[in-house]
Amino acid sequence: MTGPASHQIERSTLATRLGLLAGAAVLLALALAPAYLGRADLRLLGEIFLYLSLASLWNLLAGYAGLVSVGQQAFVGIGGYLLFALTIFGGVHPLIALLIIFVAGGLVSMPIAALIFRLRGAYFAIGTWVVAEVCRLGFAQLGALGGGSGISLPVKVVKSIASSRAGREAASYWLALGVAVLVIAIAWLFLRSRRGLALTAIRDNELAAASLGIDIWRTKFVVYSMVGALTTLVGALIFLQKLRISPDAAFSVNDWTAFVIFIVVIGGIGTLEGPIIGTIVFFLLRETLADLGTIYLIVLGIVATIVMLFAPKGLWGAIKHFTGFQLFPLGYRVRLAKGGKQDSASTKRDAEG
Amino acid sequence: MDWLNAIVQGTLLGGLYALFAAGLSIIFGVMRLVNIAHGDLIVLAAYLGLTITMLLGIHPLVALLVLVPVMALIGYGLQRLILNRTLGEDILPPLLVTFGLSVIIQNALLEVYTADPQKLQAGALEIASLNIGGLAIGYLPLLMFVTAVIVIAGLQFIFYRTALGRAFRAVSDNQDIAQLMGLNRRHIFAVAMALSLAVVAIAAIFLGTRTSFDPAVGGGRLIFGFEAVIIGGLGNLWGTLAGGIILGVAQAIGAQLHPGWQILAGHIVFLAILAVRPRGLFPRMDG
Repeated sequence: MTGPASHQIERSTLATRLGLLAGAAVLLALALAPAYLGRADLRLLGEIFLYLSLASLWNLLAGYAGLVSVGQQAFVGIGGYLLFALTIFGGVHPLIALLIIFVAGGLVSMPIAALIFRLRGAYFAIGTWVVAEVCRLGFAQLGALGGGSGISLPVKVVKSIASSRAGREAASYWLALGVAVLVIAIAWLFLRSRRGLALTAIRDNELAAASLGIDIWRTKFVVYSMVGALTTLVGALIFLQKLRISPDAAFSVNDWTAFVIFIVVIGGIGTLEGPIIGTIVFFLLRETLADLGTIYLIVLGIVATIVMLFAPKGLWGAIKHFTGFQLFPLGYRVRLAKGGKQDSASTKRDAEG
Repeated sequence: MDWLNAIVQGTLLGGLYALFAAGLSIIFGVMRLVNIAHGDLIVLAAYLGLTITMLLGIHPLVALLVLVPVMALIGYGLQRLILNRTLGEDILPPLLVTFGLSVIIQNALLEVYTADPQKLQAGALEIASLNIGGLAIGYLPLLMFVTAVIVIAGLQFIFYRTALGRAFRAVSDNQDIAQLMGLNRRHIFAVAMALSLAVVAIAAIFLGTRTSFDPAVGGGRLIFGFEAVIIGGLGNLWGTLAGGIILGVAQAIGAQLHPGWQILAGHIVFLAILAVRPRGLFPRMDG
């Protein structure tokens, strides 16, 4: 690198380093939570982690790959149903089933991608919804899995996770925390990788990216299958927590897509931090307004619509705009040397050396 | 005979799907907007139709005289106040805003009208039928199909034979040059949305007299309309009618095979056509 030498280029800043430290402390506190939190709080936190995972995954699709899907409930539902099928009929231990489900999710998403990538933009969105509807109607036809009315996870399977109730709740909490950390880590590492850079280029300008030799179809295909595999895994964990599944719950467009979209839009689409902020805001709203029922959903819809119209980068976008702050070291920034021209000779030597 | 009956009934049902689809087709053709709230607007129109028939004590078909202008006004306002702000290079804002609208409309209907299924009462028309060679063809489905053909012929006329249609095609081809030529694209877009929701009003009355409806059925109607548009080929209004008929027949045959397969069969035929002919059967424009 032999750039003009009056500056240096850095990736992490004081804020990201402090953020990393604070993140590690929060993570440690969360990992120890079963020791000091009650049952209800653990359940709520577990749910928060799973929504955070879904939001981060949807953000990777829509915010980075430009693949706006309103059919991610297809993968959530498939994950849930696979968990029940594998443990009930296959006699597989739930934890091993999760690994199988992760791989299966990736395999299922590939032919789906090949088919619906033929649709562009908003028609792609509705195409993903059709796929989810096909899954819902299909699983409702399977009598062995309870048909339209659903099925519960047998006690035997539930007990195989841990014999005591407290043990099971801690296990399901740690799994949810683990998957959230995994999803965010994968998203972050992916975006720093070569293909992630290609993805960011596509997001900013598809035509320019193509002219630089980026294979757009392939890059989007990789992202879609990766997100598909992880969403299927999250789906399995969601229904491991719920212990009961039915087609309408498994493939609910409101629960697994509408809420997730609102979280990402309110938090800030196209940033890693956005889904985290959005999830916190979403659950704060829910815990305070949930008694209002449908009014709550109307309020949520109005808030998301207003954010999209007037602050399309969401809460995190506003914070970033005013402070330049970022939590995850992703972008590069140029830092001017303090002494201006006088110092430039020495910094140049540094850069070359 | 059962099969022939399924095909005939499916064809007539296809008229309703073509009506769902025509509204989507208009706004996509003029401003490349895909309205995710389209299905919920159909359900909203059905409920407004219900309120009008009950308040005025009139037949649902007569209620169209009030409902069509009301929906057109809602469409004009919606476009001018909200949707025009979302149009641009980025496809995300219109998509997410119409998705937000969909959730808002659905839950507002739930709040006002509750989740109880409702139906529009059309009296003797609902059960009257025509007997042709052993096939019983209901007057209502027949009227539905004929209306769809007339609506599509009317839209075709507006698009290709009138000054308004010329304006539609001009802003569709190049917004900026159309603007330079003295067209106000914000107004033209709003008129297109008004036209789209006028068709929605007609579709809603037939939806409500044919089956019962509740606030949650909007998503399904959007999907049927969308499938008809894609099967027929983007930008082709007569293709949309063909798409609706193919979808209706696929569903009728599916239902004939097994009652649980009706909707599923429609989706599968759609996906199969997408796999073989990604641009639809009679495409006119690129997505």
